[in-house]
Amino acid sequence: MNLTLKIWRQKDANDKGKIVDYPMSDVSPDMSFLEMLDVLNQELIDKGEEPVAFDHDCREGICGSCSMFVNGRAHGPDTMVTVCQLHMRSFKDGDTIYIEPWRATAFPVIKDLIVDRSSFDRIQHAGGFISVNTSGNTQDANSIPIEKENADKSFDAATCIGCGACVASCKNSSAMLFVSAKVSQFALLPQGQVEATDRVLNMVKQMDEEGFGNCTNTGACEVECPKGISLENIARMNREYLAATLKG
Amino acid sequence: MALDSKIPKGPLEDKWTNHKNEINLVNPANKRLIDVIVVGTGLAGGSAAATLAELGYNVKAFCFQDSPRRAHSIAAQGGINAAKNYQGDGDSTYRLFYDTVKGGDYRSREANVHRLAEVSTNIIDQCVAQGVPFARDYGGLLDNRSFGGVLVSRTFYAKGQTGQQLLLGAYSAMNRQIGRGKIKMFTRHEMLDVVVVDGKARGIIARNLVTGEIERHSAHAVVLGTGGYGNAFYLSTYAMGSNVTAAWKAHKRGAYFANPCYTQIHPTCIPVSGDHQSKLTLMSESLRNDGRIWVPKHKKDVEAIRDGSLKPTDLAEEDRDYYLERRYPAFGNLVPRDVASRAAKERCDAGYGVNKTGEAVYLDFASAFMRYGKEQAHVKGLDENDEALVKKLGQEIVKNKYGNLFQMYEKIVDQNPYETPMMIYPAVHYTMGGIWVDYNLMTTVPGLYCIGEANFSDHGANRLGASALMQGLADGYFVLPYTIGDYLAHDIRTGPIPTETKEFDDAEKSVTETLDKLINNNGTHSVDHFHKRLGKIMWNKCGMARNAKDLKEAITEIAELRAEFWKGVKIPGRADEYNEELAKAGRVADFLELGELFAKDALVREESAGGHFREEYQTPEGEAMRRKEFQFVSAWEYKGEPKDAVLHKEDLVYENIEVKERSYK
Ligand SMILES: Cc1cc2nc3c(=O)[nH]c(=O)nc-3n(C[C@H](O)[C@H](O)[C@H](O)COP(=O)(O)OP(=O)(O)OC[C@H]3O[C@@H](n4cnc5c(N)ncnc54)[C@H](O)[C@@H]3O)c2cc1C
Ligand code: SF4
Ligand code: FES
Repeated sequence: MNLTLKIWRQKDANDKGKIVDYPMSDVSPDMSFLEMLDVLNQELIDKGEEPVAFDHDCREGICGSCSMFVNGRAHGPDTMVTVCQLHMRSFKDGDTIYIEPWRATAFPVIKDLIVDRSSFDRIQHAGGFISVNTSGNTQDANSIPIEKENADKSFDAATCIGCGACVASCKNSSAMLFVSAKVSQFALLPQGQVEATDRVLNMVKQMDEEGFGNCTNTGACEVECPKGISLENIARMNREYLAATLKG
Repeated sequence: MALDSKIPKGPLEDKWTNHKNEINLVNPANKRLIDVIVVGTGLAGGSAAATLAELGYNVKAFCFQDSPRRAHSIAAQGGINAAKNYQGDGDSTYRLFYDTVKGGDYRSREANVHRLAEVSTNIIDQCVAQGVPFARDYGGLLDNRSFGGVLVSRTFYAKGQTGQQLLLGAYSAMNRQIGRGKIKMFTRHEMLDVVVVDGKARGIIARNLVTGEIERHSAHAVVLGTGGYGNAFYLSTYAMGSNVTAAWKAHKRGAYFANPCYTQIHPTCIPVSGDHQSKLTLMSESLRNDGRIWVPKHKKDVEAIRDGSLKPTDLAEEDRDYYLERRYPAFGNLVPRDVASRAAKERCDAGYGVNKTGEAVYLDFASAFMRYGKEQAHVKGLDENDEALVKKLGQEIVKNKYGNLFQMYEKIVDQNPYETPMMIYPAVHYTMGGIWVDYNLMTTVPGLYCIGEANFSDHGANRLGASALMQGLADGYFVLPYTIGDYLAHDIRTGPIPTETKEFDDAEKSVTETLDKLINNNGTHSVDHFHKRLGKIMWNKCGMARNAKDLKEAITEIAELRAEFWKGVKIPGRADEYNEELAKAGRVADFLELGELFAKDALVREESAGGHFREEYQTPEGEAMRRKEFQFVSAWEYKGEPKDAVLHKEDLVYENIEVKERSYK
């Protein structure tokens, strides 16, 4: 396949940045999207130019590092995959592909396609945990049975990879889907109850302080989430939040 | 220096308990006066950082990703072992210990493995308390599955994403401590050297990957939990950033490197599809619980399959060779990884590989669909003879168990594994070798500790499935936090370690000189160019099967390639900015040294054990031949060039287990 790539290049956080065109030839449909970028980067290095910087690590769709808009969509045109799992067979010969970084105030650009998502970590520091000592002196794991349905739902919420696609694809740059996934995981488990009130209040407070926008129930996040985290979690978080504020 | 493993005296079952009772303790008020650096925040480093902070030490933690949650541990799929005996199938601490020592081909340390088996049950309790959503059965209790090399069901799992859930558990424990200010987290930081003062590890030199700044960090002790070095092979199941740099730099500062040649090749990975390939994807070994592995019996069918004129599903049962079930009737498809990998290579080398390159075998779920489907039909009172219905019901069950793996396979290969068997081939997956540590997990450099995959300790020559996660968390949550106190108890009056000293100056200078050299090299080839060439040498000559001739060649070729790298590598951009190529170059430079030591270690080991198969040493049936005189850990001391490294041996003594020929027949 022959393609034209239009890639956002930005030297650092202070640079203005612009789209640069790169023609690509001989792209194999079996390549992953990132392997296609690897090939481009090798060509750039051979020419003495700087390669395109992008975040990636596992390349298996699980670490949540990779993050980019492909033709205006977070993680590209396929549904339920991260961009490292997107394959070139999803494109046609002659296609023009726009490649841009996540856009959100709370995700400033570091370089080219790399953004700073440490705001997500700070939300987790505020309450994304259960306060149990790491001493191993806990009770036997089977002493509290958990209904399979709840266990499964909790697991589904826990599969969020923290990629930030939900924020990037939301017109308000809201982090609700991400935050609600953690809140839900713990809300559904008996172990998570001890500090449920503080957790949701603290996490929501931190989310607001980081500059994420409000949720207006548009649902773009759910559509673009590579892990199928459902809006149901946002509803559950809202209930938790309401209950927490009533408790004061 | 003589190797002292510091194994406590006394009966095996009491060693750990007695040791804990005798170990020096640090008073909580004094812990506040002590700083510990933890490099790496995967399962090992993350759990260690959280626990040390919980105990009261001041922890500084480092990782090269943008968040601890993205460490390579996140990718582990299948599960984590623990001797809980919830299934009542005869499991016990002893049995887990026994299986692990035997599975490791009697090349691991008895005392360490027994301790691992002892603390394994605590891990599950701990993780459940932290909210790790393990799979549960309909009664709400924890579910288990079985893994290669054992006959009991002791593996706890969270669908095919166990590593993710365990890591998020450790990450949340860290978050709690970060929130309390007890851990200071340095993300996007790469450790490039260890600083040794008066013979003790007292800090590290790190590079801020965003700004390129070189930083000095001091502490009373340094812990490395930096993962494995399988990326020396270029293609592997590791994350792209996994590297040996931290371990290698520690080696250069005096830490012995043990068993570098013990590499695990995992049998169930997606085969290589082309030159552009950047990594290989693993399909969890738990698939071998239900999938059957086969190749065609006849060459003519192989050819027909390769040219597309025959579909695997059309090949009659009697024309298939279920070679694992044929060769190893007792364990069948569940033989350990080294055995399964080698058997696949043997069939493919003999010309029976089923993909275009002849390097793939089938992993087939057709019988599982029918088996599960029949059961479901029976339970639901439906027609057990309706094949289509039975298949559909069976597929539902399999989807529940492995759905995300099937989906992943389909995304990558573009074939539906519910309709046609998967194609798999072995790939580099885990390194059993690593920094040598004693029973306290301390390296040969006082105050420098090493945990998780980065150390050599518990798996011997072959790692059984679901035991790396167990070891990482055991080290981090339950072993190191005790043993490090023994050392730190002597440091309560030391006070903060200054960074404005000659030792820090020297270490920083050596780091900046290397970076300058790389960035100003103006060569002609990219870093990947050299990395791929190294990978080819490693795979062809130090891979699944090795011989003296190839290994000797590898040693020379790697040394030559290294010289070429330093002359010919080209790195665009500057050192004082985000520069992925520069970071990669440093990692590949270290792989180019490690690779040579790897081949040298393999050459010395004139026997076959687990992940080290020397073609000269095999039984007439093609099984690995161990030799009693090689019942030792090889620990290499750095002396400049890898070729000059000096071998030290730690003899392995088995007092509680009879060393038997490992047989899965
Ligand atoms: C695909 C796959 C599936 C697996 N499945 C299983 C399974 O089912 N069960 C099982 O038991 N095991 C499994 N394993 C093995 C297991 O996942 C690993 O052995 C284990 O997670 C390693 O953990 P770790 O904490 O030692 O290292 P890692 O998780 O690799 O963490 C390394 C850490 O060190 C940091 N680091 C490295 N170098 C530097 C440096 N120079 N400076 C700063 N930071 C650095 C990284 O940022 C990271 O935080 C699997 C492995 C793979 C690849
Ligand atoms: S909710 Fe989905 S899109 Fe958002 S961070 Fe998690 S996985 Fe990514
Ligand atoms: S690189 Fe890990 S999710 Fe894409």
